[in-house]
Amino acid sequence: MASSAPADAMRLRSRIWSWVTTTDHKRIGILYGVSAFAFFLVGGLEALIMRLQLASSDNSVVSAETFNELFTMHGTTMVFLAVMPLSAAFFNFVVPLQIGARDVAFPRLNAFSYWVFLLGGLFMNVSFLVGAAPNAGWFGYANLTSTQFSPGLHVDFWAIGLQVLGIASIAAGINFIVTIVNLRAPGMRLMRMPVFTWMTLVTQFIVVTAFPVITAALVFLMFDRTFGTNFYVVAAGGDVLLWQHLFWLFGHPEVYILILPAMGIVSEVVPTFSRKPLFGYAVVVYSGLLIAILGWGVWAHHMFQVGLGPIADSVFAATTMLIAIPTGVKIFNWIATMWGGKLNFTTAMLFSVGFIAMFIIGGLSGVMHASPPADLQQTDTYFVVAHFHYVLVGGAVLGLFSGIYYWWPKVFGRMLSESIGKWHFWLTMIGANLTFFPMHFIGLLGMPRRIYTYDAALGLDTMNLVATLGAFTMALGTLVFVGNVLWTWRKGEAAAANPWDGAMLEWAIPSPPPAYNFSVTPTVKSRLPLWSEDGYEPKPLPEDPPEPIHLPDGSYWPPVTAVGIIVAAAGLLTGSLWVALVGIGVLVVGIYAWALEPFEV
Amino acid sequence: MTHAEATHQTSTGLDSRKIGMWVFIGSECLMFGSLISTYLVYHGKSVAGPTTREILNIPLTSISTFVLLMSSLAMVLALAAVTRNDIVWSRVWLATTAFLGLVFLGFQAFEFTTFVREGLTLQVSLFGSTFFVLTGTHGAHVAVGVLWLVSLLVRSFQGKLGAEKALNVELAGLYWHFVDVVWIVIFTVVYLLQ
Amino acid sequence: MSEQLQHDEQAHPGVGTYLTVAGVLTVITLVEVGIFYVPAFQGWLAPVLLTLSATKFVLVVGFYMHLKTDHHLFRVIFTVPLLIAVAVMVALLFLFGVVAL
Repeated sequence: MASSAPADAMRLRSRIWSWVTTTDHKRIGILYGVSAFAFFLVGGLEALIMRLQLASSDNSVVSAETFNELFTMHGTTMVFLAVMPLSAAFFNFVVPLQIGARDVAFPRLNAFSYWVFLLGGLFMNVSFLVGAAPNAGWFGYANLTSTQFSPGLHVDFWAIGLQVLGIASIAAGINFIVTIVNLRAPGMRLMRMPVFTWMTLVTQFIVVTAFPVITAALVFLMFDRTFGTNFYVVAAGGDVLLWQHLFWLFGHPEVYILILPAMGIVSEVVPTFSRKPLFGYAVVVYSGLLIAILGWGVWAHHMFQVGLGPIADSVFAATTMLIAIPTGVKIFNWIATMWGGKLNFTTAMLFSVGFIAMFIIGGLSGVMHASPPADLQQTDTYFVVAHFHYVLVGGAVLGLFSGIYYWWPKVFGRMLSESIGKWHFWLTMIGANLTFFPMHFIGLLGMPRRIYTYDAALGLDTMNLVATLGAFTMALGTLVFVGNVLWTWRKGEAAAANPWDGAMLEWAIPSPPPAYNFSVTPTVKSRLPLWSEDGYEPKPLPEDPPEPIHLPDGSYWPPVTAVGIIVAAAGLLTGSLWVALVGIGVLVVGIYAWALEPFEV
Repeated sequence: MTHAEATHQTSTGLDSRKIGMWVFIGSECLMFGSLISTYLVYHGKSVAGPTTREILNIPLTSISTFVLLMSSLAMVLALAAVTRNDIVWSRVWLATTAFLGLVFLGFQAFEFTTFVREGLTLQVSLFGSTFFVLTGTHGAHVAVGVLWLVSLLVRSFQGKLGAEKALNVELAGLYWHFVDVVWIVIFTVVYLLQ
Repeated sequence: MSEQLQHDEQAHPGVGTYLTVAGVLTVITLVEVGIFYVPAFQGWLAPVLLTLSATKFVLVVGFYMHLKTDHHLFRVIFTVPLLIAVAVMVALLFLFGVVAL
């Protein structure tokens, strides 16, 4: 039957529209993944420009002002718009499948979180178009961020944008906690859950407790800037350290938010490709919980140089060294898992093993920071930059790529190319080490952070050049990954339900999964459902659902409500009461319509 | 799927929305905790403007505190009424809660305008900034609560708030009581421990 | 109405309890305000008032929010963040020199 152009157009419109109104966790996961990756490229570009500028001394690729914007946005983008949402892509797609659920607890809230994140990220980046990109560092120290020292809209874009993103994160945090606590399949006891799901639960708990603190800090900042309050105003008796304490009370738990999901991924990938269950499952789970609690007690180790006094310094040094224990223990668990296992170095496994190696290095430099006297020399130098890039790039990013290679077949029903993948891995691994290892030395030799250029007399040109070459090597690796995706999109091998012979429930259903996930909700009998004789039932799951499963149609109120929020944010940014009121109006209408619409889960 | 089925299919046997509300309340503990901590850290450090002793009106605030406490009583009675399908009294108590909330807000508005007239503004001192942001945030939460309660009242008059919808009232109640409990802390810390 | 909700109702306090709690809350508030005005108590103000308001806090959370009678999961979900908030507050008071050891 010949199809007409208007009918085709209508079908395309409704297909696109279905993505806007979707409340399906799998689609939302894909949306998060694509958006996060796009922001990752943006953040990467910012890094490359910085590295071009720093490749040699007394360089002039960009001005100091632009450089400030670059390092601010690079950090903010990578933390809030790349790593966190990429983790969210996995929370969304994988967790409901791992616990045998049809969707998350609050599907519309889930969609809302995504749209608020996307609009918040765009809001922050629109600042570039108006020449007002945030420029006071991703940590925005007071009182550099006051209107006196940061005139213009730069800091307002940052503070308001982060508030918006915070809303998305807290909403998602609530959603996933309830999902994991309440929607597990029968028999899926907490201590039977996959480690990735456990780490997701722990991460979300950290999110919902830590983000409110930065919310308060940002509210104070916005009030200072907009209404002339005195929270960070020294002349009125205010203390700029209030900002630092509040920021790092959030900021330190935030780094665990960034790393725990990747650790969860590694805890899935390593056992699968060692053909052995995770060694010491309970220890890995409990250390995750311990990290979440102890993570609240270390924040001032970011402030050793402000003069906290010997008692505070000692207390935070001790707690910081203490938290190295649960963090490091996992390394032993992963290595013990591989020991005696039948190792298969797929790309996913390479990235996970790479994570372990890089995280050890990053962890070691981290423990070095734990000593206040040592840190006094390291802080605000490239030594710190080396540390956190080893744990964030070598750790979080490698872990996330591991997850991408591991779960790609499940998500898209196609295999990525293993041979191209190995190029991606090695380019990234070599590139990351080339970039960040020299920074340990550069830092200890005296090069401060956040400077746009340095003197030739320092003798750091060569090492900086090496770092820049490393950065471009990483970029090449990322391009190779993009090539892998494009190459296999149509030509890639079709994926079976369980191409890696994984142990968890997500591998029991087709790739990609049907809209309803499980034809019947399985009853789980083992921590390793697919590796155990009677791991779950019914085994196998029926191909088609025995009775029709109703799935929600989607809703357009979540994106509408998200638009309301961003319009209100724009009103606040521009100081326009009318715009703010319109935004609030849309927000209120969105909430009521959402509450009143008949939406059956 | 009915509400009852939804509850029965959960891992804990509890309704997801109730768990969600408690998680939200947990997160709000940190938010208000940060605001109260800031108030405490800056207490007594202002270099200008009226002081706590000069400006805080304990008798008046005691009354508004009492009003808010009684609104919590009205709220829990509203829930009890809805649960036993007593439509008339559920509306009475919901309306009472909302009304008392409005009265509290009225007291706040009066206090704020009086303070401003007497020289305590957002901008004049640390006390002004921390006081208004803390109590203002709390007041905003009360206002949202009042809107929520009025919405429930409207639903009731539409015949849509019977006993099977008791959870909706319970959720609003959890939120309302939490806002009350935050005020208990603020009243002690800001007013009585000035 | 489901069995689940009915079970809750059997567990929930009755109207009498609610009214009693309201009475206690009123009395405590009166005592708090009274203490505030009594010169003899000025030195003890902080510990006494904090204890009294903590009592009110527990009463409202326990009885009006039903934490006492509900599933213990809710107690965990509320208490952990609350403890973190209190710990953070105390730490900040020490760090800013508001209290000293």
